[in-house]
Amino acid sequence: MGEAIVVTSGKGGVGKSTTSANIGIALALTGKKVCLLDTDVGLRNLDVLMGLENRIIYDLVDVMEQNCQMNQALVKDKRCEALYLLPAAQTKDKSSINTKQIRWLIAELREQFDYVMIDCPAGIEMGFKNAVSGADRAIVVTTAESASIRDADRVIGLLEKEKVPQPKVVINRFKSQMAKDGGMMDVDEVVSVLAVDLLGVVPDHEDVIRSGHLGEPIVLHKKTPAAKAYKNIAQRIQGEAVPLLLGEKERGFFKRMKRWFGFA
Amino acid sequence: MGKVLKPAVNIKGTKDGLLFLLDESRPFPAVLSELKYKLENASNLWDGPDTRVCIKLGNRQITRDEEKEMRELFSTHKNLIIHTIEADHGKPYLVDDQGIQLQAGTVRSGQVLEHRGDLLLLGDVNPGGTVRSTGSIFVLGALRGLAHAGGEGDDSAIIAASSLCPTQLRIANVVSRPPDEWETSETSGMNFAYLVNGQIAVDKMHHLSRIRPDIEWKDNRFKR
Ligand SMILES: Nc1ncnc2c1ncn2[C@@H]1O[C@H](COP(=O)(O)OP(=O)(O)O)[C@@H](O)[C@H]1O
Ligand SMILES: [Mg+2]
Repeated sequence: MGEAIVVTSGKGGVGKSTTSANIGIALALTGKKVCLLDTDVGLRNLDVLMGLENRIIYDLVDVMEQNCQMNQALVKDKRCEALYLLPAAQTKDKSSINTKQIRWLIAELREQFDYVMIDCPAGIEMGFKNAVSGADRAIVVTTAESASIRDADRVIGLLEKEKVPQPKVVINRFKSQMAKDGGMMDVDEVVSVLAVDLLGVVPDHEDVIRSGHLGEPIVLHKKTPAAKAYKNIAQRIQGEAVPLLLGEKERGFFKRMKRWFGFA
Repeated sequence: MGKVLKPAVNIKGTKDGLLFLLDESRPFPAVLSELKYKLENASNLWDGPDTRVCIKLGNRQITRDEEKEMRELFSTHKNLIIHTIEADHGKPYLVDDQGIQLQAGTVRSGQVLEHRGDLLLLGDVNPGGTVRSTGSIFVLGALRGLAHAGGEGDDSAIIAASSLCPTQLRIANVVSRPPDEWETSETSGMNFAYLVNGQIAVDKMHHLSRIRPDIEWKDNRFKR
């Protein structure tokens, strides 16, 4: 039986959907069977990021309302054999699904897949509660800005309350230059404030935007640092200890890195 | 009989939430049983969005156990959040808390850790998080959020933290926003905040005994 991992953030626009898509693909590239579940009903965009928009026939709400079988709504990826997308509905709103239905659906998907990546809507209301219910693990995405970290912290507290064990954090859109001149927080600071394990750091790069725009997630473009970062995250999810990379080396850096990930 | 008693529990809606006025002339158990009745009946009336509850005891002081009993009656309605318990004159409690309460863990953004008496927190308070106590607050960790000591007016309460870099401090009813230079002193040992002349001041921990001589320990091994 597989694992359901919810990707959440609190604050909008920090990269939940981008993270879900790229980690999902990265996991699929290692040979795992992966389903991406978009729970952002009404604001569907995982399908666009994945370049699968024109293949959608049924969506999440159709499955909930039993207009179709679950398997009929699964959209097969055009690049990876073992990767599927269950899209959100664009025409409905968040009230058209409830926690009980989502729990059932995630339990069903877990039977078929190694990993179910759940893309969560922004906010901490019903949409959030639905998405996290039934998840085995949580990834909290944040940028290294105060406002984003404040919301991530709030979400970690709520995840603890919803009994989703040990959330891990992905720092997205990281700019080491800015962290150095105090324009954003350093990785060290973020980890110490949030007091949870670090899953990875994804650099800020316009290629991430470009590739999302074109429906070809960055992780498929092997040479970029962002792609490497997502692949490393996928390995860490599978329990491997992969060193952190920020595109540059610093003195004493690897010692700190070991502390962040909690090994040796 | 014959004379109509005025209700022991009067409930009023205010713009801040609900006001529970408890009749001071009735024995407290009688007040509690009426409160219980009112909360249990028309219970659909209570279950709504989170509501702040202020309890006014009138000219009455209650014990910890009575308070606990009263809080339990409210606990069946999770949305009713007791914000204050007030008495007309002075403190609403007959006895003050003794000793110090130990709590461990991170107080995250949006979370509130409340305590009656002195509080020792083993962990951090993050920006957006709140710790509140009627006594003093000691944080073995980083205080980055809001701390309110002496919540019911005790102006001798202090706030101490291994790393004192709060967004805001409150002692009794004085509010202070830390001046910018605080942040640089973050690494320079343990500090505490206290009230002096109606203002919050911050000082190094080793000055506490001078400022509060009543709690200074004295080396009296050879005196007896
Ligand atoms: N590492 C990154 N570098 C640059 N841009 C990014 C990065 N991650 C996300 N973005 C951009 O940020 C925007 C919001 O991302 P998205 O994944 O839609 O966020 P969310 O799902 O949290 O609302 C998109 O335009 C996306 O391309
Ligand atoms: Mg999104």
